[in-house]
Amino acid sequence: MRLKALLLGSALALAAAVPASAEEIYIPLLTYRTGGFAVSGVQIGSGMADYLNMLNERDGGIGGVKLNVEECETGYDTKKGVECYEQVKGKNPIVINPYSTGITLQIIPKAAVDKIPVLSMAYGLSASADGQNFPWIFNPPATYWDGASMFVKYIGEKEGGLEKLKGKKVGLVYLDAPFGKEPIPLLEALAKDYGFEMKYYPVPASEMQNQSSLWLNVRRDRPDWIYMQGFGAMNPTAVKEAIKINFPMDHLIGNWWAGGDDDARPGGPGAKGYMALSFNQTGTEAPVMKDILKYVVDKGKSLLPKEKVGETLYNRGVVNSIIIAEAIRNAQKISGKKAITGEDMRRGLETLVISAARLKELGADGFMAPMAVSCEDHNGHNSAFMAQWDGTKYNKASDWIAPLKDKVNPLIQQSSKDYVGANAGWPKRSEPCDKSS
Amino acid sequence: MLYREAGQFKTGYAADVAVFPLREDRVGMAAILVAAFVLPFFSNDFMLQAVLIPFLVFSLAAIGLNILTGYTGLVSLGTGAFMGVGAYACYKLTTIFPSVNIIVWVIASGFFSAAVGALFGLPSLRIKGFYLAVATLAAQFFLSWAFFRIAWLYNYNTSGAIEVPTRTLAGVPITGATATSFTRYLVVLAIVVLMTWLASNLVHGRIGRMWMAVRDMDLAAELIGIRLLPTKLLAFAVSSFYCGVAGAMLVFFWYGGAEAAVFDVNQSFFILFMVIVGGLGSLTGSFLGAALIFILPIAIRAIAPALGLPLQAATVENLQYIIVGALIIFFLIVEPHGLARLWQIGKQKLRVWPFPY
Repeated sequence: MRLKALLLGSALALAAAVPASAEEIYIPLLTYRTGGFAVSGVQIGSGMADYLNMLNERDGGIGGVKLNVEECETGYDTKKGVECYEQVKGKNPIVINPYSTGITLQIIPKAAVDKIPVLSMAYGLSASADGQNFPWIFNPPATYWDGASMFVKYIGEKEGGLEKLKGKKVGLVYLDAPFGKEPIPLLEALAKDYGFEMKYYPVPASEMQNQSSLWLNVRRDRPDWIYMQGFGAMNPTAVKEAIKINFPMDHLIGNWWAGGDDDARPGGPGAKGYMALSFNQTGTEAPVMKDILKYVVDKGKSLLPKEKVGETLYNRGVVNSIIIAEAIRNAQKISGKKAITGEDMRRGLETLVISAARLKELGADGFMAPMAVSCEDHNGHNSAFMAQWDGTKYNKASDWIAPLKDKVNPLIQQSSKDYVGANAGWPKRSEPCDKSS
Repeated sequence: MLYREAGQFKTGYAADVAVFPLREDRVGMAAILVAAFVLPFFSNDFMLQAVLIPFLVFSLAAIGLNILTGYTGLVSLGTGAFMGVGAYACYKLTTIFPSVNIIVWVIASGFFSAAVGALFGLPSLRIKGFYLAVATLAAQFFLSWAFFRIAWLYNYNTSGAIEVPTRTLAGVPITGATATSFTRYLVVLAIVVLMTWLASNLVHGRIGRMWMAVRDMDLAAELIGIRLLPTKLLAFAVSSFYCGVAGAMLVFFWYGGAEAAVFDVNQSFFILFMVIVGGLGSLTGSFLGAALIFILPIAIRAIAPALGLPLQAATVENLQYIIVGALIIFFLIVEPHGLARLWQIGKQKLRVWPFPY
């Protein structure tokens, strides 16, 4: 027991020894460069960190305040994620990026109590788009339900109209975890509306790299289209298996987390034509990417090898950080403070508008879609596009596709109400709405 | 020197078989208890929420597994699943009967876990050792599957996760997001202290002796009149009860929500390591094991930046696996009976210090 006391004591001393300075903005990044999802996590984490560090190098931070960017390793493990959250909580973080649906779900109830906004960019709980019930949670630019509706809209177009989907078979290959199950209610509703048949193919997390039996079922059912809600090591395996059973690649469509370069590349030439939703361009053509290369990557300050910079997931990490940075600017404007707090950041996110003109200023013209978040709608239901793998990289293969808002919104209202109902004593929104600046 | 027995006379049987026969031990125990209850007044949120609460919860789970594996000699790889049964039972109970106090349900969920544990313990009469471990592994897989697939268990939640609602004790919230880590810690501590005391009485009494007899030689135990099946089933039930309560506390007082993946086979191994490193057949060992396996990685993570080492988060993570793995091997080579035995040896040395013989 003496040992216990010793360990407790030393941990206690260490936990107390890291004060945060007042004249900087502390941004913790919950990343995962280890574990079964590291394939995706390494690039996302580097993209997020590199953009923020670039701002530090190029502009000396935002509005004259340095950004203190710190990573906490979660391994995509909920337990460690919650630990990270507790660890960074005491250092006045202005925003939390959980980067895992599982971790987001755990943090959602805590956010309002701890007064720390959560930015779950296009993942997490779809219902949290309802700003009335979730004033502290933000999930722009689109929810999983928006993504699934874009998929249905796209395949409807390809079939010659949404009504032509009647009698078609649509498969959903998904990771058997909260994240993977998300699109099911929406696809179910759309299947009823448009008369197509849904087939479900769950992939347990432990079987990510061993999906052959599942694809035998796919071969038996012969679905016309497949939507894939997968992540990490699951995606390349699924692509390879689909090639093996000769499934037409342009009928296999991943959601945006199934659209990494390393998801398609292992499929070799057979993967040509694989599609995935995306809300950011690939490559290093955009001026913002050139700046990242110049100020961070070329100086050896990135954790990612240079040839990986510009891949889909890296750029998505950059988008995540652009949203953070723009929200900080907005928050500084609203509050008139330089070193903003979590509450200011919440207001900054809530009135965040990234217009096409602003994107041009940022050097990110066409890099991502313009987006807007409002007090009622913490998601904005912004557009995405289809990216297609050409054997070496993704190319934009469609216009911006707007989600079916009329189908998604009622579902969000309903599930948000259900969530609040199931969590008796859910706090009523007490934060006033700001006018859009 | 520190442990001076001189002058401490045992004048009755009760004193002779006491759990803590030495005054120093009793004083030490009391001091630790007082410290544990006073600690939250001087501690920050991180310490309570991310270190101490999970440490206590895992200690309780380790006690549960120790009753089965350490005291009765039945190897189990189903601990994670039994913890899950407790968590899901508690979730269902509190959503069906929201007005009943949550502490009642946390304890009651242990009975569900005990029933399931006893059911999967039935084969233990016929099979032993490795074979039993595999049988309990089957329980682990089956229950994990059930947590995934039976939507009723998580109230048909679209995300498939269970979320902890706010529940109060005398008007103060003790679960849910509004509960402070201070109150959570005190509730967890109270339950763990109470259940440790119960476990201590169990293993030192008639039932514990029956378990140990079965562990040491089950044929001999049968010959002296111990009925094997009820004894083994009781061990399974009590062990699962402890694991179930620990599981419920894990979700309700620490995570605040959980998905089925939390109770996978890794969780079982995690607890098994604690028991092995801490010491089989020792309650103190359960606490020491939980401290080494759970707190050490956090300490390593905190020490690296404090020493000013420019290490990346991921590097620290990998380092941590290496260090903890090496330490486990080291401890097991130095003392195969675990930290509890090291502690005992240490005490023995202190008893004769400074004149060793």
